[in-house]
Amino acid sequence: MQDSPKYWKGIEELESSPEFVKNALSEFADFMPVKESHGTSDATVAPRRDFLKLMGFGLAAATLASCETPIKKAIPYLNKPEEVDPGIANFYASTFFNGQDYNSVLVKTREGRPIKLEGNPESPITGGGLSARAQAAVLSLYDGARLQHFAKNGAKVDKDQLDQEVRNALAGAGRVAIVSPTIISPSTKKVIAEFAARFGGAEHVMYDVNSASGLLRANGGVLPAYDFSKADIIVSFGADFLGTWISPVEFARQYVANRKVSSAKRAMSKHFQFETNMSLTGSNADVREPMKPSALGEAVVSLYNALMGGGKPAGKLGMAAAALQSAGSRGLVVSGSNDPAIQTLVTAINQKLGSGAVDTANPSFVRQGDDARMARLVKDMAAGQIGAVIFYHANPVFDHPMGADLATALKKVKTTISLNDRLDETGALCTYAAPDHHFLESWNDYEPKRGYLSLAQPVITPLFATRQAQDSLLTWAGSPTTYYNYLRQQWQGVLGGGDFAKAWDKAVHDGVAMGSALPAPAAQLEGTMDVNSAIAAIKAAKSGGIELAIYEKIGVGTGADANNPWLQELPDPVTKATWGNYVTVPRAYAIERKWEQGDVVKVTANGKSVSLPVLIQPGQAAGTIGIALGYGRTAAGKVANGLGENVLPLAVMRNGAISYTNAVQMEATGTQSPIAQTQTHHTIMDRKPVVQEATLAQYRENPKEVTEYEKVSTPDGLEKPNKVSLWQDYEYKNHHWGMAIDLNSCIGCGSCVVGCQAENNIAVVGKQEVINRREMHWMRIDRYYSSDAHKEDFEEKGKLATYAAMEDPSENPSVIFQPMMCQHCNHAPCETVCPVLATTHSSEGLNQMTYNRCVGTRYCANNCPYKVRRFNWFSYYSNEKFESVNGHMFTDLGRMVLNPDVTVRARGVMEKCSMCVQRIQLGKLEAKKQKRRPKDGEIVSACAQSCPTQAIVFGDMRDSESRISQLLRREDGERAFHVLDAINVQPNITYLTKIRNTDKSDFNA
Amino acid sequence: MDSIRFRFLSRLFLALSVFFASFGYAVAQGANPAAGEVGSSKNPSQVGVTPGTVAAAVPAAAAGTTTADPAAIAAGDALFKGNCAQCHAVNEVVVGPALAGITKRRPMSWIIPWIKNSSKMVAAGDDYAVKIYNQYQKQQMPSFQLSDAEITSIVAYVTSQEGAKPVIAVADGGGAAVAGGGATAESADASSMNILLIVLVVVLIVLVVTLVIIANIMKDVLRGRKDLDGRDVEQMEQRFDFARIYKSTALRAIVGVVFVLAVLYESVQGAMGVGLSQGYQPTQPIAFSHKLHAGENQINCAYCHTSVYKSKSANIPSPNICMNCHSQIKTESPEIKKIYRAIERKQPIQWVRVHNLPDLAYFNHSQHTQVGGIECQTCHGPIQNMEVVYQYSPLTMGWCINCHRETPLNTKGNGYYDNLVKLHDTKNGAVPFTVSSNGGTECSKCHY
Repeated sequence: MQDSPKYWKGIEELESSPEFVKNALSEFADFMPVKESHGTSDATVAPRRDFLKLMGFGLAAATLASCETPIKKAIPYLNKPEEVDPGIANFYASTFFNGQDYNSVLVKTREGRPIKLEGNPESPITGGGLSARAQAAVLSLYDGARLQHFAKNGAKVDKDQLDQEVRNALAGAGRVAIVSPTIISPSTKKVIAEFAARFGGAEHVMYDVNSASGLLRANGGVLPAYDFSKADIIVSFGADFLGTWISPVEFARQYVANRKVSSAKRAMSKHFQFETNMSLTGSNADVREPMKPSALGEAVVSLYNALMGGGKPAGKLGMAAAALQSAGSRGLVVSGSNDPAIQTLVTAINQKLGSGAVDTANPSFVRQGDDARMARLVKDMAAGQIGAVIFYHANPVFDHPMGADLATALKKVKTTISLNDRLDETGALCTYAAPDHHFLESWNDYEPKRGYLSLAQPVITPLFATRQAQDSLLTWAGSPTTYYNYLRQQWQGVLGGGDFAKAWDKAVHDGVAMGSALPAPAAQLEGTMDVNSAIAAIKAAKSGGIELAIYEKIGVGTGADANNPWLQELPDPVTKATWGNYVTVPRAYAIERKWEQGDVVKVTANGKSVSLPVLIQPGQAAGTIGIALGYGRTAAGKVANGLGENVLPLAVMRNGAISYTNAVQMEATGTQSPIAQTQTHHTIMDRKPVVQEATLAQYRENPKEVTEYEKVSTPDGLEKPNKVSLWQDYEYKNHHWGMAIDLNSCIGCGSCVVGCQAENNIAVVGKQEVINRREMHWMRIDRYYSSDAHKEDFEEKGKLATYAAMEDPSENPSVIFQPMMCQHCNHAPCETVCPVLATTHSSEGLNQMTYNRCVGTRYCANNCPYKVRRFNWFSYYSNEKFESVNGHMFTDLGRMVLNPDVTVRARGVMEKCSMCVQRIQLGKLEAKKQKRRPKDGEIVSACAQSCPTQAIVFGDMRDSESRISQLLRREDGERAFHVLDAINVQPNITYLTKIRNTDKSDFNA
Repeated sequence: MDSIRFRFLSRLFLALSVFFASFGYAVAQGANPAAGEVGSSKNPSQVGVTPGTVAAAVPAAAAGTTTADPAAIAAGDALFKGNCAQCHAVNEVVVGPALAGITKRRPMSWIIPWIKNSSKMVAAGDDYAVKIYNQYQKQQMPSFQLSDAEITSIVAYVTSQEGAKPVIAVADGGGAAVAGGGATAESADASSMNILLIVLVVVLIVLVVTLVIIANIMKDVLRGRKDLDGRDVEQMEQRFDFARIYKSTALRAIVGVVFVLAVLYESVQGAMGVGLSQGYQPTQPIAFSHKLHAGENQINCAYCHTSVYKSKSANIPSPNICMNCHSQIKTESPEIKKIYRAIERKQPIQWVRVHNLPDLAYFNHSQHTQVGGIECQTCHGPIQNMEVVYQYSPLTMGWCINCHRETPLNTKGNGYYDNLVKLHDTKNGAVPFTVSSNGGTECSKCHY
């Protein structure tokens, strides 16, 4: 046996050294230590896995340790003011007037922060109502875009330095002018007069963006006060008196006073509206006729002639003439035109009628602008004749048709001073900026109408280093007094003898007082016309092509408050559009030009043009288009900048007044820009269960016939839906909250929508999210147009064709507004589908939404027949996408406006109208503390509180003496109905059928 | 081998650490003697305040002495609590004098102008006014905008409360005084208990020692005897074998199971307690002692927490309230000097908030104090004994709801509830009319 030769791999194997044996058994060599050069014990003691374990433990421990609540501070006052108690709201009377509409307000403050404005029920003018714009004004206080310090050429400057420079500049300035919108403050006027006297007769020029200069001229320089409650026949030629014209809150209240009906009072006023655009007022009219602006003048002439006995005009105008004739002094004619010729005729008509609704002896003061004077000032400035100009709350570069001229002319003025609250389009062109306080930080007085005074008081310490404009003027004029003392001094004369301190306290407390302090208004630069020359002027006016009618929107208005997101997102009552302006065109014209909604068109006049998307508007007069002013701001702040376009340059001066109508050329641009509308279906398609309307004639005949009640089939024949139910009825022992909404009183103004938004911390979502149908408003106002097609056409045209036609509104439709919010159903469909019981029924009839329990399945929204539930798709308070539109929830400054009693909802939860449960709870608590039952009217939801026409009645249906109980008893079986009654969800919101003073209702069933 | 063991150990370590971290908080709370003790001890204020009964009993007792009608007394009751109770009690001196017998001391024609504007009367030199002003450290009584009728009703209420025992009288008024009274009773109880316990322990020790001595004597006696056989000796010399117990599987199993269960229980408790801050006792910037103020000096809670009967928030007092007394009292104390400094520098004191409800829950103090008649101590614990305030109640939703389920509504004399009580009694009179039976556990009572 031969040994095979054995080979060694090396000498180590031969020697079998222990190291070799060890290595030979392992296939791979040991890893080189990574940290060989600085080898520590860690490398061996705590290898990677253990490191990971320790790290994992560390994370877990840190997480658990941080579960402890973070430290929160409780910081009391240093010296608590006696009247402030944390958690208790204080109300202070004040006044909102921004040069447009006047509102007497109560400011609700919590811990010294104004959080909501409410109507002042003491006011004889607005009587507890409030416009949407006034509701939103509280948010403007916390607008971060306000100028927060004095500035020279845009840079921060010391106050005293500015005062010194301004005083020096004014002393040798030559002609000085102060430009402002209408001022109705007697004391401010006096301050300005003294300032003017100090600087060689400085001129005070007032202009109104939506001017009433023509009306002023026709009435010898005074603005008549109107009382619509004293008119049985109202004929309006383009005056949007319920929306934007002169004093809408006051007018709406008067108007509705004469339109509330009951079986005991089966009479109401009859309202004719002749207008170009479909306005809020037009949509409330009994008889409406669309007319070209040029035809409106003719119509006024023929009405005048008819009343003077010169022939009867045809059509609706003839009806109006006949009605006015028989109404005599109970008739009223108004016109929204700024043409002095038209207004002269309207005045003549009212005089002929002897209208009791027009009062020129105690005129209104809310429009004093003089277009001619303003035009002359711009010319003088361009000619270099003005040495110094002060803009006080005036932004003519943006909101005057001659803005561009003014911007150039400003360069010729040596000293330019802005008292505006921000570096707006005009302010940015001025050398000096001495920003004014917000009105909630200021003292002021107002006289909206002769004999009616009102006061504003500061409700918060000034947020920024600003100064009240009056104080600035007093300082520059060298007066040592403060405006507050000045004001008190003035009022010493107003409140008369006796204990002034006491009378003053009462006036401040009430916010309103009786008395007069304003001097007679200055005459307009151009004189009055006589009737014949007026008729001649109207006849001479030519019409041509497409006519543009510029109008004002109820939300954004003149654009002065455009940087307020609540107003931007408030849907226009008629178009339901938000965020930006657009061109309203009649349907026929859009078809003719092959335009679709959202197509951008270029509108040209005066050599200037705007490019805006098309919105097809039923009821727009043929051959006309409408564009809203107030948009196209460039220096208002991040909310308003770049939204829409400014249409004012397309207006012209005519007869010494701004004419808001003009002939235009239009061309398509080929681009598209979607319009953010909150409602895109337009008609009710003969579904009477949704909204009901009847004529006054029917109502007179038998009030029990005007409302159609649905019946369901049962074994015992047709029965009321609530006779058959799967569910047990609730028994309400304590309270049963409910609401009644009178569709006859609701004018659709949207005040409640903003009121609700302010009260309930509702987020603003911005244009894109509105387009995505994700607006958050808890309350919406549905607007329905009537259609020409009806179910009767089934036989002739076939069902499908008729249904298709029923979706299209008429050329000139009737309009119904229907406020819609959670109906708080007793048999709520949402409650039964929630898998986590986040929405439940309370023992007081409320449908409760519990955010902290909601997991966001959205089954409830799916199952809601009224579509009133809103889902939080985003964290609107922290998602940077919403910072520009909902910015007030992002900063400490803006968050001051939030209602501390209402949760700010997080992403992923459902929300909806709570019937202001926080107010209910507070009201009940107050009653319990005083050991009594709550009084009717003590507890009011925010919407009912803000309604200028009291269309919404809120109360306890369990209390048989409450207003709502009485109303429902009275209207039961007559006008009271529930929306979609047949599905038997038994809402706690009841609607009252709309009664229109016509022969025939367009809303058929 | 080594590494395996290491792994096991590290895992155990990890698990234990996580577990301790999670329930450490709970342990910390348990370790807090005050929290544990008070929770179990008898607290008079907890057992009781059925406010209606007290309120009803007192006027009945006083019915003989007063002729005012119950409505005026009720109105006066509310007004007294809202305006006067901060400084006055009926039968004892708080900040101002005790009001019992006020009608005998002064006529109404003096009382009314005094309440409306006391400083005017002092300035006018009214003898009695000046006397009382000087007697009470020149503390000015603020002027009240009350009508004559309201003042009369307050006086009627005061008269109706005269002679009631201080504790009961203030129990109706709410606040610290009752707590003070309760506390003394409680401490008396506790000390007698302690003596009893000590005696018992001593007796037991003596007993044990005696028995051991007896056993040893017996053993010695037995050892002395020679007639014992091997078995008896074995029995006598037998020692207890601890090792056997230690080695017993059954015992090991039992101990193991108990340990695992205990760990589990504590973990669950710990997990449930995450986010709870019961017992939270932060250090405050100024060492303010509720024990001293509310306990020993018996200052009414509402004197400092001014809005506790009228607002959602009880109001943390601002330094100007401190200054009512401390402008004269203990001005040299370093803690008080911190208040002076805050005032001088115009910088408010940043207290650390002890009771934090989540933002989604709405709580209103006045609903519970003024309407419900709940004592402060019911939720805040023995605040009058707290040197540093801690969170006594868990402030969980379960805790709220439970109380709402069990507590009968304070409906006596409250016109709001009259019909509800009638309805309840006719339908369901057997069970108490609790907060929840009036809808007090519905979501939107607290969440909106």
